[in-house]
Order: sequence, then structure tokens, then C-alpha cells
Amino acid sequence: MARITVNVDGIRFEEEVEPRLLLVHLLRDRLGKTGTPIGCDTSNCGACTVLLDGKSAKSCAVLAVQADGCDIATVEGLAAGGRRHPVQTAFHEEHALQCGYCTPGMIMAAIDLLRTDPDPSDEAIREGLEGNLCRCTGYQNIVRAVRRAASIDGPVNGEQAAAREVPA
Amino acid sequence: MIPPAFDYVRPASLGQACRALAEAGEDAKVLSGGQSLIPLLRLRLSYPTVLVDIGRLPEPRAIRDEDDHVFIGATATLDEVVRSAVVNAEVPLVALAARTVADPAVRHRGTFGGSLAHADPAGDLPAVALALDCEFVIASARGERTVPAAGFFQDYLETALAPDEILVGVKVPKLGPGWGFHYEKFHRTAQAWAIVGVAAAVRRADGGVAAARVALTNMGATPLRATAVEAALRGVPADADAVAGACAGADAGTSPPADLHARPDYRRHLARVLTRRAVLAAARARP
Repeated sequence: MARITVNVDGIRFEEEVEPRLLLVHLLRDRLGKTGTPIGCDTSNCGACTVLLDGKSAKSCAVLAVQADGCDIATVEGLAAGGRRHPVQTAFHEEHALQCGYCTPGMIMAAIDLLRTDPDPSDEAIREGLEGNLCRCTGYQNIVRAVRRAASIDGPVNGEQAAAREVPA
Repeated sequence: MIPPAFDYVRPASLGQACRALAEAGEDAKVLSGGQSLIPLLRLRLSYPTVLVDIGRLPEPRAIRDEDDHVFIGATATLDEVVRSAVVNAEVPLVALAARTVADPAVRHRGTFGGSLAHADPAGDLPAVALALDCEFVIASARGERTVPAAGFFQDYLETALAPDEILVGVKVPKLGPGWGFHYEKFHRTAQAWAIVGVAAAVRRADGGVAAARVALTNMGATPLRATAVEAALRGVPADADAVAGACAGADAGTSPPADLHARPDYRRHLARVLTRRAVLAAARARP
């Protein structure tokens, strides 16, 4: 067993973990953060994408021990004070989802994209989200949503999102 | 699936990591980003006893401009390599190929050294290392040694690394002025592995091809140098017809695999077509 400390959506957790525990299992099974789903389990689909120290990562392809000392932002920590994150709002308004299973990962990947490219072209959006699969939408509305999020003033970047106050 | 159980150590220095690996025996594995290893563990295709995590060591993460070559540390992430000003300016073929590996989230974690040490024949960077005659810097408790790319990739997922050795970094030679570069990759979906890939470097002079370096991805158990193409290209005009003729033998001496995505004869066809495209793009010639 290994003792690790992680900061998830602004809350510090200390956990005893087996080295083989995956980050996504830590989040879901130990910390109750079930907003991050498990999709393919082969690091293809991106449904389990979170921000690890501000950068997108597929949490099914990270060991919990590798995240020791890191800041982790999940989709659950994005909304603040009852208000959706601008990327969440954009996904809602552009109807960028149908079944919703890919949405948490898609939103985290979109936040990461906007962190490095605040005004991406459609091609850059498609490339930026190439690690996230959606089987419902055909991606058109997802691209529109990211474009819309890019045009919204205010914090859309991951660091700001991760640093927000999360009600206990 | 849940990976099999293993022990985990995170040494504080490269020297400690070498000692930990030597003590752990031959069933230990080196972990850095884990983007190849963790999927293998999850699929229960690998059963290491110990993982030695070198992912946080500062020493092997640097990217440095060193006279006639660029040193790229083994644990530099693919994202860091793609965004590196030195890599883009001095050894752009590395950046061109690295940006086609997987997707942004995988490139944030996956490392340059990991993708080379994993030595998947469908991986993109081994062919680049071979085309550029990179040198692999390897450390162990027994000391440090350097292995040329031509001797590093030995068989399917097998390299010159002994069980107690760690890849520290790679020296990528600068080819100097007059060279153009391209990595051409054919794959089924955006983030998929290459069905076939071609790394090309071409030096133009007087409207023709003065020299060329070409290496193939996924045309055998290891990356392969297309030496017949390199010889045939020397001195030909840099135009579509002449280059197509020189690239007609791109599949010579290869033994491409058969799998769900392509039969060997289709891969041979792809190697010829993609080599022509890669060479023309590297020569900045009209296709």
C-alpha cells in the first residue's frame, strides 16, 4: 500500500492505495466522484478525461500513485455557486450531447483545448478533441459548443476552474 | 480491467532508479507516463513484479541544444516535444511525427523515451529515430552506454535495453541547412496507430535531390530504413515523376504484418505511395 495525497476539485484527500489502483477508480469508488465515467477502459474513448495539474489526462491510464501530490479537476468541480462553467453552458445551449456519456470527458478536453488555444478554428477543435469519442452527435454540435464557449467572456481555462471554491 | 498487483517505487534520482531496477530483477518495469504500459497492465498482457517510476526525475526530462545534436530527455512528454522551440527549429521531423501520436491527453502523459523503449512497430517515433541516426543514451548501475538507432530496435517490442537498464535520452543529430522533412501516416481513425508510416528527410541542391533518408513504420517487426529508395533518390530531379520512380521499390526487403486493418500486399502498396508523398513533401516539390 502507498499513502497518497490528492487535491480533487479543491478538496484535499489522503488515501492508502494499492499501487495498481487506477486514478479513475480512486475518483469513482473511493472518493465518490462518479461524474467521471469509465468508457472503453482501453484509453481510446476519453470519457474519463480529467485535468491533472491543469492538463487533460485519461484517468483510466493513470495510476493513483502517479497522481500523488497533484491537483485534479473533474467535471463535478466546474460549476460554482449554482452556475455552470461556460463550457457546460455552451454544451447545453448548442445541444452538444445526446446520451451524455462522453460529455464529462468532452468538456474537460474542451477546457484543456481552450487553455492552450483560446480561439480555435473548427479544425483545431476537431484535432483538440480527437481523443474523445461521441457515438451520438456526429460531433457537429460539439464543435459549435466549443466555438461558442471560446466566444464567452470569463474563465474557461482549467486552472481557474480548478481553483474555484467548491461548496463542501 | 484491474491491473495485476505489483510493487511500486519512486526513486529520487537516476542513480537510485538504476539501483532499484537492478535489485528488482528482470520482471521489473520502468514506468514514466505509462501510456503504453498501463493499458498493457489493464489488459493483463504484462505482469511486472515492480514498477520503478522515473516520471518525476528532473534529470532525464530536459530538452537541450548541444552543438551538432539536440538531446531529448526520455521522460520529456510528447506534448513538451511538440511544443519545444529547439526541437521545432533544429530537428523538426521529431515534432512533425510526435504531433501525430495518439491524442492531446495521451501526449500530455506519454513520453518520448517511453514510445521508443516500448518499440511498437506501429509507433511513429522509432522510424524517425532510425531515419535520423539518433543515438540512445542508456544508464544502469553498471554505467552508461550509447547505442545507435540501427542497433536499438531488435525485434517486435524488443530493444537493446537490458532488464536493468533505463533509457535516459536520445541524441538527435541536426542535419544542417538545406534539408526538408515530412512524416506521412496512414491510419484508420484520428487517434489510431499507423497502418503504415513514412519518415523522410531530403536535402535539395540544384533543383534535384542531393541526399535522402527514409524510414518505414509498421512494415516489419522493427522500423526499417528504406536504403534502396535512399540510393535511388540520390541525384534525381525533385519532381513528381522522378521521385515516384525512385520510390517504386520502397517495400523492398520489408516483411509487413497482416492484421485486421491491412494485408501485407496492401501495406506494400501503402509503403510505395506514402514514401512518394513523404519524399515530395520533404523536398517541397509539387506532388
